[in-house]
Amino acid sequence: MRTLPHWADVVLIPLISLLLAGLLSALVVLAIGENPWAAFKLMVEGSLMRSAGWGYTLYYATNFIFTGLAVAIAFHARLFNIGGEGQAIVAGLGVALVCLYIPWPHWSIALVGATVAAGLFGALWAFIPAYLQAERGSHIVITTIMFNFIAAALLNYVLVNLLRPTGAMDPASGPFPDATNLPTFQAMFSTAETPLFRGAPANVTFFLALLACVLVWLLIWRTKLGYEIRSFGQSETAANYAGIHPKRTIVIAMLISGALAGLMSINTTMGEAERLVLNSVEGAGFIGIAVALMGRNHPFGVLLAALLFGFLYQGGAELALWTDIPRELIVVIQALVIMFTGALDNMVRMPLESLFAMMRRGNT
Amino acid sequence: MDFLTILQVLDSSVRLATPLLLACLAGLFSERAGVIDIGLEGKMLVAAFFSAAIAYMSGSVWVGLLAGIASSVALALIHGLASITFRGNQLISGVAINFLAAGVTVLVAQHWFEQGGRTPSLTGDGRFESVTLPLAETLRNVPVLGPIYYELISGQFLLVYIAVLVVPLTWWVLYRTRFGLRLRAVGENPAAVDTAGISVTRLRYMAVIICGVLCGLAGAYLATALQAGFVKDMTAGRGFIALAALIFAKWKPWPAMWTCLLFGVLQAVALRYQNIEIGNFVIPVQFMDALPYILTVVILAGLVGRAIPPLAGGEPYTKER
Repeated sequence: MRTLPHWADVVLIPLISLLLAGLLSALVVLAIGENPWAAFKLMVEGSLMRSAGWGYTLYYATNFIFTGLAVAIAFHARLFNIGGEGQAIVAGLGVALVCLYIPWPHWSIALVGATVAAGLFGALWAFIPAYLQAERGSHIVITTIMFNFIAAALLNYVLVNLLRPTGAMDPASGPFPDATNLPTFQAMFSTAETPLFRGAPANVTFFLALLACVLVWLLIWRTKLGYEIRSFGQSETAANYAGIHPKRTIVIAMLISGALAGLMSINTTMGEAERLVLNSVEGAGFIGIAVALMGRNHPFGVLLAALLFGFLYQGGAELALWTDIPRELIVVIQALVIMFTGALDNMVRMPLESLFAMMRRGNT
Repeated sequence: MDFLTILQVLDSSVRLATPLLLACLAGLFSERAGVIDIGLEGKMLVAAFFSAAIAYMSGSVWVGLLAGIASSVALALIHGLASITFRGNQLISGVAINFLAAGVTVLVAQHWFEQGGRTPSLTGDGRFESVTLPLAETLRNVPVLGPIYYELISGQFLLVYIAVLVVPLTWWVLYRTRFGLRLRAVGENPAAVDTAGISVTRLRYMAVIICGVLCGLAGAYLATALQAGFVKDMTAGRGFIALAALIFAKWKPWPAMWTCLLFGVLQAVALRYQNIEIGNFVIPVQFMDALPYILTVVILAGLVGRAIPPLAGGEPYTKER
């Protein structure tokens, strides 16, 4: 029995959850002796009122769109891909290898090459957990967590022992050739009179992320494969009777998920750092979980949620810069959003359901 | 490598295995009752911070220990609320708890101490001292057994001995008491337990609270025994290694101890030797770091034995109406 109207399910519940998370975060800010309203204003000013702020907000949002889509598509097949972090780490390696060892004539062709590499490497890292889940029933959550740690160790080894230029101290690859450097928003939108996005890392990858949203939407709701993934997620038995191959569906959904998570490394590695560094993913893989939950696994919702988290990230950096509030406030907010939209969903839903049931009785 | 070096590596293995063991047993109680807990890491982290912070402020490590346990139990209750009462997704709740801990510890640490998310160093009564067992000095010169007793068995922290004692205790509770039988039953078939007129909710909350207490011990051990004070993210993935150990040990207490010791040895060797050279072949330190995770994946893949989790793990129980 459906007790809630559709709009309440997709709009009202996430909004109430977000409000609760925001309220609790404000209490946390109060508890550490700061003014929540002033903090909020500072966050808005730093991330949305200047074009440079937007340049950072959109840069972070680009990462979160990719990882959010990755988690969302796995959720559609009722798989919890907690390994976006590891998949993005390994994909970064793919991007670096392609950029360093192939002489690209122009950034646009290099971007295509890097996209293929990032997707392949990310999908590859998701393949083993997917295969083990499909064939041996090993729990995908545990295996993907393990693969996150293995990926971190692998990257550490490759950077320290193989890719690090001789004589360099920090574990990072050499800089990528100039031809692979992606145009930033500053280069794309600034004119001589009006400089825009000055110094901000947002780059052309953002449009790739928007494209990914559209493609994922098409895939999930307009293709046979998407239908198979969704039916498998709804009911494995029913999908089985309908002739949908469960093992194949698990592996394919996870490959797409891994590839999407991997694509974020184009933004960080090729777009921003222009070399491969040790900690380029910085937890974006995990934020994908919050983004997918918040966005109700819909690409448009993911886009909005990613923008929200982009704002939080840039705003949090501003707070750390101008006040005594550490950046970790964002981690708390992120935790609360995951808690309310994911795990405590029923806490919001149950009272709302009885409210709507009451209103319906009142009307008839 | 001489005898004394081996003993020293084993000694540091035991030290490093202790938090893993406590967290692993914590997870064992929770998961045996059907509540999957990937928030071990977060619970250890808050316990590490609050034990160190309160120990510093009160000057007593025991008060600190209690505060650590209380904070860990508080997070455990949130996990219980989400996964038992509101029948939410246990995995998502665990993820949220890990982030909550990572954020809150640094926020509060910065607010209280203003040292970049760490606590001041603990000294004197603010920290656990290692315990010298009786006759350690006298027996030291007895060949073979003397050094083993002096280096390895004596001179550990109190919590190390407690952790070792918790293993038989866990075994006894799980397999020899009525509570343990019910706990295992509720993780395999909660409907049957419910039919017998026993509250599934109450049992699962008990399990989750025990999990919180043990994680509290593990976290307090990190910040007040193994190290003198809290630093940001000091658990460094130990909660996940404990989770790996739990799977490796197939959710059983004695194997849990051996697995944690094995993972402790891996950590100790990686810490002491960095890259290990065997002939011309070098084992990189990163491989040693990744080995617990790789081993767990191998076990999960069913290549060596098969790890079968409790049947009702991760499933919220809905009472029939």
